[in-house]
Amino acid sequence: MLQAKNKTGLVFFPAFDWAIDPTHPEREERLLYTQDQVFEEGILDIDGIKEFKPDLVTMNDVNRVHFCIPDGWKVMTESHFISAGGAKTIGMAVLEKEIERGFALVRPPGHHANRVVHGARGFCNVNIEAIMIEFLRVAYGVARVAIVDTDCHHGDGTQDIYWHDPDTLFISIHQDGRTLYPGSGFTKELGGPNAAGTTLNIPLPPNTSEEGFLYAIKNIVLPVLEDFKPDLIVNSAGQDNHYSDPITNMNFSAKGYADLTTLLKADIAVLEGGYSIEGALPYVNAGIILAMAGLDYSKIREPDYDPDRIRQSSQVTAQIEDTGAEVLAYWKNRDEIKAKMQQYGEFNERTRRIFYDTDGISEIQKERIRVCRDCGGALRIDTSADTGFHVLAVHVPIKACKKCRETGYQWYDEASPDSFQRVYLQDRPDDNYLEKDFK
Amino acid sequence: MIIGLDVGGTHTDVVLLDKQGLIRGIKVHTDASDLFSTVLLGLEKITQNVDPDLIKRVVLSTTLTTNSIVQGKTPEVGMIVSSGPGIDPDLYKTNPHYFTVSGSIDHQGRTIEPIDHNEIREIGKQLKADGIKLAGVVGKFSARNPSHEMEINQILADDLDHIFLGHRVSGNLNFPRRIATTFLNASVYPTHKNFFQAVKQSLDKKGLKVPIHILKADGGTMSFASSIDFPGQTILSGPAASVMGAIAFAPPDEDVIVMDIGGTTTDIAVLINQAPLLDPLGIELGGYKTLIRSLKTRSIAIGGDSRVQTSNGDLKIGPERLDFAMAYGGKSPTPTDALVVIENIQNCDMNRARAGIESIAMETGTSIEETALNIFDQTCQNILSEARNMITEVNSKPVYTVHELQEGYRVNPKKILVLGGPAPYFARYLEKISEFDVRAIPGWKVANAIGAALARTTCEVTLFADTSRGILMAPEEKFEESITKEFLREDAVNKAYDLLKQKAIEKGASTEDLEMELLEDLQFNMVRGFSTIGKNIRIKAQVKPGLIHRYESVAQNMSPHSSGSDEG
Repeated sequence: MLQAKNKTGLVFFPAFDWAIDPTHPEREERLLYTQDQVFEEGILDIDGIKEFKPDLVTMNDVNRVHFCIPDGWKVMTESHFISAGGAKTIGMAVLEKEIERGFALVRPPGHHANRVVHGARGFCNVNIEAIMIEFLRVAYGVARVAIVDTDCHHGDGTQDIYWHDPDTLFISIHQDGRTLYPGSGFTKELGGPNAAGTTLNIPLPPNTSEEGFLYAIKNIVLPVLEDFKPDLIVNSAGQDNHYSDPITNMNFSAKGYADLTTLLKADIAVLEGGYSIEGALPYVNAGIILAMAGLDYSKIREPDYDPDRIRQSSQVTAQIEDTGAEVLAYWKNRDEIKAKMQQYGEFNERTRRIFYDTDGISEIQKERIRVCRDCGGALRIDTSADTGFHVLAVHVPIKACKKCRETGYQWYDEASPDSFQRVYLQDRPDDNYLEKDFK
Repeated sequence: MIIGLDVGGTHTDVVLLDKQGLIRGIKVHTDASDLFSTVLLGLEKITQNVDPDLIKRVVLSTTLTTNSIVQGKTPEVGMIVSSGPGIDPDLYKTNPHYFTVSGSIDHQGRTIEPIDHNEIREIGKQLKADGIKLAGVVGKFSARNPSHEMEINQILADDLDHIFLGHRVSGNLNFPRRIATTFLNASVYPTHKNFFQAVKQSLDKKGLKVPIHILKADGGTMSFASSIDFPGQTILSGPAASVMGAIAFAPPDEDVIVMDIGGTTTDIAVLINQAPLLDPLGIELGGYKTLIRSLKTRSIAIGGDSRVQTSNGDLKIGPERLDFAMAYGGKSPTPTDALVVIENIQNCDMNRARAGIESIAMETGTSIEETALNIFDQTCQNILSEARNMITEVNSKPVYTVHELQEGYRVNPKKILVLGGPAPYFARYLEKISEFDVRAIPGWKVANAIGAALARTTCEVTLFADTSRGILMAPEEKFEESITKEFLREDAVNKAYDLLKQKAIEKGASTEDLEMELLEDLQFNMVRGFSTIGKNIRIKAQVKPGLIHRYESVAQNMSPHSSGSDEG
């Protein structure tokens, strides 16, 4: 009989009664055929594979990561509490050593959700990986975390949340932003002045196939992970690089995803996108689960799988090799890059416009970070959106130095009712979340 | 009048009931090497001085198929398995004549690769040459499209006596379990058929021309005729008999734990409003995970005859059973011996019971009385903790909708019913050490046979519709129909109930006992591109396990009301 080599946990939450709207790709039917395939293959009967019922996250779990405008109850639906909860359940089971690895096969996804949330963008409201990771940091003292985002879309939300965190390595592999939503994720995006180099982006050209993805994992991701030495590896496991996905242009396969999973050896995988619900997801998910469990997946394939038909051109290969060299050079020189970024005074500022495509909201953010050699730095975000909200959000990082902590509280205390409707403070060292409503 | 008979490991219990209650209950010794004689003896004794014309129903629960599987006493069969891509089907090999063949169907029931007729013909020749008469044919996703299994069946029909098709065992998706279940059905077919044919003939000769019903693992019954193709459903009906026996004494609208405390094991089950909780997929036996519907039971290796030992001064109860309690001629101390000492039970060998407990007392450094109490306490504590674990497990079963996760029913029992035993002693002590209200079931000595006698016919139907392709099907019921785009979920529910009703009556149900309910009721808009092309509807309905009508009063009349009991 089948016996998993690695004790593997699974939260399967297809949310069969939840959709963004009836014909939206993120709809009830999305994981139906995946369920059929996983059930028919008898995967849940395999010795050493355990299915868990998802817990719900708490509002505190959400507030630890996000500034929800005006508040969490307006941003979260029941399904978000469960999908983030599913990730949290798997994370806890891994850290309790109940399982060696786990996969949260949940929906809705989360990697386009930024630290500030005015609404839904890229089908995401809250960042379920970040909610899980920050919970694990508080509950289990996990320090260094690596997130490898293999969704076809740039994980811009996760990048935003960890932009200033030197203890979280975020690597996103995705279809080139010039050809796909959200249009970001270029190699030059490396993180803020206190964390330059712990954000890495590997944009791949359209039509990248198995060869290109596995090249990127073997030659870029694995060596960087080796250097970074994370305590925990999280895979944002989007499945929309598949050759049959309706909203992307890549040529990845179920076998390729399983191979990627074997190479990456993530402790935790969390489902992100993937909208080829009949032709890809059933096979990709079966492959990923078997690969995590250390079982043979060589006979898992799509009915129409033809490696010759999806093989990438030599031009694509050359382009990926160039990108790889560029990313590795950034990684190698990260200390110098950081030093250079830190030389322009005590504060560093940037202004951004953010569009929430799913909810049609426009936001303007003025972000100020305290340049700090001792911690991630106090962060002040002045954000307004065309929903009429104008608020101030202050983040004091988990390992904040005394000065950054004081700075954070000073920003919070000094915020004036003349400028803002509300002020929020994330005091991570105390795991305390404050807000003032001036109305 | 109704006869219920339950074959147990050591005793076979038989009861005779009528609408006023229990007429009599007897026990006969089980001869495991000759179950036929055991069953006949039991039936003979219970019908003594009874007019055969008054007997309307006989329900049998036997260990026949269970034993033949566990002991491996089944004939070699052929297994033909068509998988296509996926986990290597050779990993599920059940027996030497196991053939994996070409052919593939996807999750929507679409053919991806056809069957290779020549390959099947060759296998047919080989099976014939090897003298194999029975075979199972199983395809992946055959519950969505049975055509490949039917094709193979047709090709092999002339080479074999009987072929079992995977899509007929269950509408549930689980290929490895479908293989195991089909294999078990084929393997126990001759044993089951010959046995019950012989029983039927003997009863006919005695003028007892009543339909025989057989108890299944899900606590329901089926007629002998309808059991022939699905003999696997009769495995492990013993625990089901006890649980059904408890139902007569369970309060309505409450969650109840049932404990059947035997010599070797204790079986724990859960009742919700007088209906037993079912296992979501199916029973597991002898290393086979199956799609055979069964009650959700948890069996622990602790019983009255469990061996008591010490390790580093700590008590260890079970898991092995050597033989009987010392008070009844056994060789090593048991919880029953502890009970004999505590309760000063007569009609057994008190000296030997005390001697047994003393041997433990010397190790633990406590008095005989204290040791006996400790042994019994630990036995009860272990059983209770297992019951609590079971409730936790039931409540942490994964669900797949937001609604179920938020509003799903949580089992919260406040009452325990005990049978087996000696039940009254256990009940009293369990109540003392727990938060539960604990009762011994009246007539606990024959409650299992009463459960068999009164169990109603159960079955399940799984219906699948895809309006984009115009398909409505329930392959398990050999049902397929074309539908239009306007087909609704309500139409599917009605159809499922029609099919269920028809199936239940074929299997021996009476129309007044058709308590039907939906187990699954899902409808999905199928969207391709950005437009809705149809609906994917999935309905599962069952006849709930429970007791037949008009016999509710049995619970109130447990003292035999005529021609007294001669319980051993």
